[in-house]
Amino acid sequence: MSNVAIVGIGMHEFGRNDGISGMDQGVVAVRRALADCGRQWSDMQFAVGGSMDGGAADTMVSRIGLTGLPFTNVVNGCATGGTALAQAVNTIESGAADVGIAIGFDKHEPGAFRIRGPRGKDWYGGSGLALTTQFFGMKITRYMHDYGISQQTLARVASKAFRNGSLNPMAWRRKPLSEQEVLDSLMLSYPLTQYMFCSPGEGGVAMIVCRADKAKEYTDRPIYLQAAAVRTRKFGSFEVLAPSIAIEHDPGPTAAASKAAFEMAGIGPEDVDVAQLQDTEAGAEIMHMAENGFCEHGEQEQMLAGGETEITGRLPVNTDGGCLANGEPIGASGLRQVYENVLQLRGDAGERQVPNHPKVAYTHVYGAPGISGVTILSR
Amino acid sequence: MSTTVAVADGIFSIEDGQPKLLGSRCTNCGNHMFPRQRGCPKCMFDEQDDVELSTTGTLWTWTVQAFPPKSPPYLGPGGDDFVPYGVGYVELPGQLRVEARLTESDPEKLLIGMEMELVLDPLCIDDDGNQVVTYAFAPTQSSASEGARS
Repeated sequence: MSNVAIVGIGMHEFGRNDGISGMDQGVVAVRRALADCGRQWSDMQFAVGGSMDGGAADTMVSRIGLTGLPFTNVVNGCATGGTALAQAVNTIESGAADVGIAIGFDKHEPGAFRIRGPRGKDWYGGSGLALTTQFFGMKITRYMHDYGISQQTLARVASKAFRNGSLNPMAWRRKPLSEQEVLDSLMLSYPLTQYMFCSPGEGGVAMIVCRADKAKEYTDRPIYLQAAAVRTRKFGSFEVLAPSIAIEHDPGPTAAASKAAFEMAGIGPEDVDVAQLQDTEAGAEIMHMAENGFCEHGEQEQMLAGGETEITGRLPVNTDGGCLANGEPIGASGLRQVYENVLQLRGDAGERQVPNHPKVAYTHVYGAPGISGVTILSR
Repeated sequence: MSTTVAVADGIFSIEDGQPKLLGSRCTNCGNHMFPRQRGCPKCMFDEQDDVELSTTGTLWTWTVQAFPPKSPPYLGPGGDDFVPYGVGYVELPGQLRVEARLTESDPEKLLIGMEMELVLDPLCIDDDGNQVVTYAFAPTQSSASEGARS
């Protein structure tokens, strides 16, 4: 049994939220998480929070309450939310506190991220290379070449995301789109079209974690953290925003974080009932299915065609619509995945509930400059 | 007459109108790096030699940049003047894979494995009237004609 439980969850709707700052979306998420387990901010013994464009998370105490609690800011790219949760888990496991809260929120300008070059004069962005969208196009181009994945399968992933998103009241994009509509949308970074990409967005998520042996004091339906692992790239892995890469090959930080998490939890991919995998674009979900150990490279073509990753399939993937339907507020995105898994394990996911009472749920985030975070939850 | 200037110093040299990429080679393990840097990510040794990288290689993967990147930082033409361009990694044999603009942007003409060569690619005219260039890879003549046949 794990030492840490999630006992309260809160979320501010994802999307374009005019008139409310990123931080205030985080504050709403905090209040909802507290209400979810019937507690006050003054009950929190520590907080860990992060945001990329929404400001320093710890300043939100001026709106929630100046209780004097230790509040740590984390900024770790797309793994910011996952890292906040991992730090909160470590704080509980160390014995330093009994209960605390992990918070992630963000608010980004529309369109692709504006990324300045890594050093000195900005030749990289100046030359038109510093776009994350290009990396995703290039990684899936090579993958399709090596493993025989079709563009139709990319469209299947996107269409599934919007279909699932249409069942999620917290999602940004709730209009189902056919595979043909996905394929016919604007080509942005070959072979990826507009509707195969997620957009930088807005939102906030918070979750309250406590010692597992005290969880029932907070809720009658605790969800247990079996693993939380974060890994960065090794030499030879192919990563976003890299002016050069080595010829020798490493399977990358996702495979490493996944392996570590399964070892921590003492289970394997075959034990997972529902998975939320980083789907910055449709190709990422496909590649991450294999990198996280859920199939062999190339098997995704048949799995998608057979509906195996649908909500009613053998391994439901991105049941809340993923990044594609929710957008990606960097600080909140990893925690959104965990939020969805808590709902699924509680049986509270409504129209998108995975059938047959799922017991084990998996999350995975990936981002620049080559970082992955994985969690495994169980009832 | 306008002068041709590199988008930044220390990334590539220009001699007789031809670019050469400026890389590093680890004196301990032989790992190649681009751009130049001190400290080897493979063996952690901190002595590297400056080297010029190969000007030819093969296309390892590619995409097409079909919308104008945000400016700043992008220096090329935006808005209605934007011209789509290819982006790829070109494998320089025995060295590394370099990310680069590609002069070809037609998906029908870009093939993984095709032979590529290093060229200069114009970006913009600076305030002093100089032609600012970056590096790019172009299909070699023989690989371009093979691509057209296949």
